[in-house]
Amino acid sequence: MFTNLYRLLRYSFQSFWRQRLLSMATMMVILLVLMVFQGIFVFGAVGEAALTSIKEKIDVSVFFNVDVPEDRILDLRRQIEGELEEVREITYISKDEALNQFKERHKSDEAIQQALEELGDNPLSASLNIKTDETEQLPVVAAYLKNIVPEEVVDEISYNEDNKAVIDRLTAIIGVSEFAGLILALFLAIVAILVAFNTILLGIYSNRDEVAIMRLVGAPNVFIRGPFVGLGVIYGFLTATLVTLLTIPLVYLISPYATLFVPGFDLVAWFWGGFIWLYLGQIGIGISIGVISSMIAINRYLSI
Amino acid sequence: MIYFEDVSKEYGGGEYAALRDITFKIEPKEFVSIVGKSGAGKSTIVRLLIGEEKPTKGRVVFGEYEVNTLRPKELPELRRQVGVIFQDFRLLPTKNAYENVAFALEVAGVPERDIDDMVREALDLVGLSDKADNFVHQLSGGEAQRVALARAMVNHPKVVVADEPTGNLDPLNTADVIKVLEQINQLGTTVILTTHNKDVVDRLGKRVIHLDGGRIIRDAAKGKYTLA
Repeated sequence: MFTNLYRLLRYSFQSFWRQRLLSMATMMVILLVLMVFQGIFVFGAVGEAALTSIKEKIDVSVFFNVDVPEDRILDLRRQIEGELEEVREITYISKDEALNQFKERHKSDEAIQQALEELGDNPLSASLNIKTDETEQLPVVAAYLKNIVPEEVVDEISYNEDNKAVIDRLTAIIGVSEFAGLILALFLAIVAILVAFNTILLGIYSNRDEVAIMRLVGAPNVFIRGPFVGLGVIYGFLTATLVTLLTIPLVYLISPYATLFVPGFDLVAWFWGGFIWLYLGQIGIGISIGVISSMIAINRYLSI
Repeated sequence: MIYFEDVSKEYGGGEYAALRDITFKIEPKEFVSIVGKSGAGKSTIVRLLIGEEKPTKGRVVFGEYEVNTLRPKELPELRRQVGVIFQDFRLLPTKNAYENVAFALEVAGVPERDIDDMVREALDLVGLSDKADNFVHQLSGGEAQRVALARAMVNHPKVVVADEPTGNLDPLNTADVIKVLEQINQLGTTVILTTHNKDVVDRLGKRVIHLDGGRIIRDAAKGKYTLA
């Protein structure tokens, strides 16, 4: 079995080498397709990170009057947790915690620091911050809170509609971009299949004497057709490897900009974290293009 | 061993018939010459026997195979039992004599360790052990045909079919090739020779099937090539 596999690979590499210029041209076209797919993967990851980051920032906040006791607020928290399925997380921020966070946020603003000192007392309210799994659920939660929380204890229920609009717009942009990218990639994949098909066809033609002798001496089907399928596999595998290697410096180049766009998102870490899957995905797409081309050429021009 | 029963082969939807209702049988270890003018149907018989074409009508039987009903994926097994040589040798110019013979074994899946012995044995049989490293352009026509014969024989087929093997050869090389075919036959392999070379057929003094216009007009056990 290994002997046959070795021979098949040898014949495939012989075909590859005999028409190396054509092989290079074919690989360049497949490379273009794989680059577009790689772009879709990377763009998708950055977009997803941006969405998650924005979603994390929006919530419904209930600010309580300064005189509402902590027990009352914690009772309300338990009630909300028990009754609302949409709630993913409720965070209680006490008056002291709110003050600390405020001071931390404005530690470089001397005027605010000074004003707080002059005020002496803590002017900030305790609050409950409520997060949901989906942004669509936020209006539901806000409406529910308006119903169940007595007016006399509430200072304000804050829910920013604008953030939801931003999320919706970003989701739409990412969706349309990915769809357009996918259409482009599919179109290029068809072009690549046609180019690879022609190259493999020429391979069959330039090996016609060997093929005729293989038929004559009763070579099994796998020996006659296998080398040309192998040629498709070689194109796909080498190109996928090349694209993955080219992506490494690009990821390092883009990563700082991605972090600027989505604070906290590390593109380099994302890339190495999913490196094996990205590489296998590229190999899968590349080999599919090569093998589909081979199969079309073989079925049309290489009868037994 | 080989049986053609009522076989016809037509082309162009019946406009041209290469073979018409031919029936004959070849026993194991026979040496049979199939003779006739160009276009008589000799090569069509070869193509039908190795399953390259299917008959329009009739049965082609080789051993346990009914060749006309074989599916494409079953043909390689049949072809490994029939060694074929042609007028134009069909050798690979980029390989030397040894490699040409070895190639047939490689693609048939023969293990590497057996190839060397088998190739040397086949080259020895055709008298070309000393030309193993020569490329096709360094061989005479007769030698090239004997390399082709070594390639046809290397798998130890049950039958060797020689389709006009001497068409491109001078009388001396022709004699060499025919001599090797006789040796192969003496070793127990069935040989089918298609030719229009009268001298070769007459000198052999073996069975002759005479074709004309796609029909068998004569089948003689110890025949001669009779010009019709």
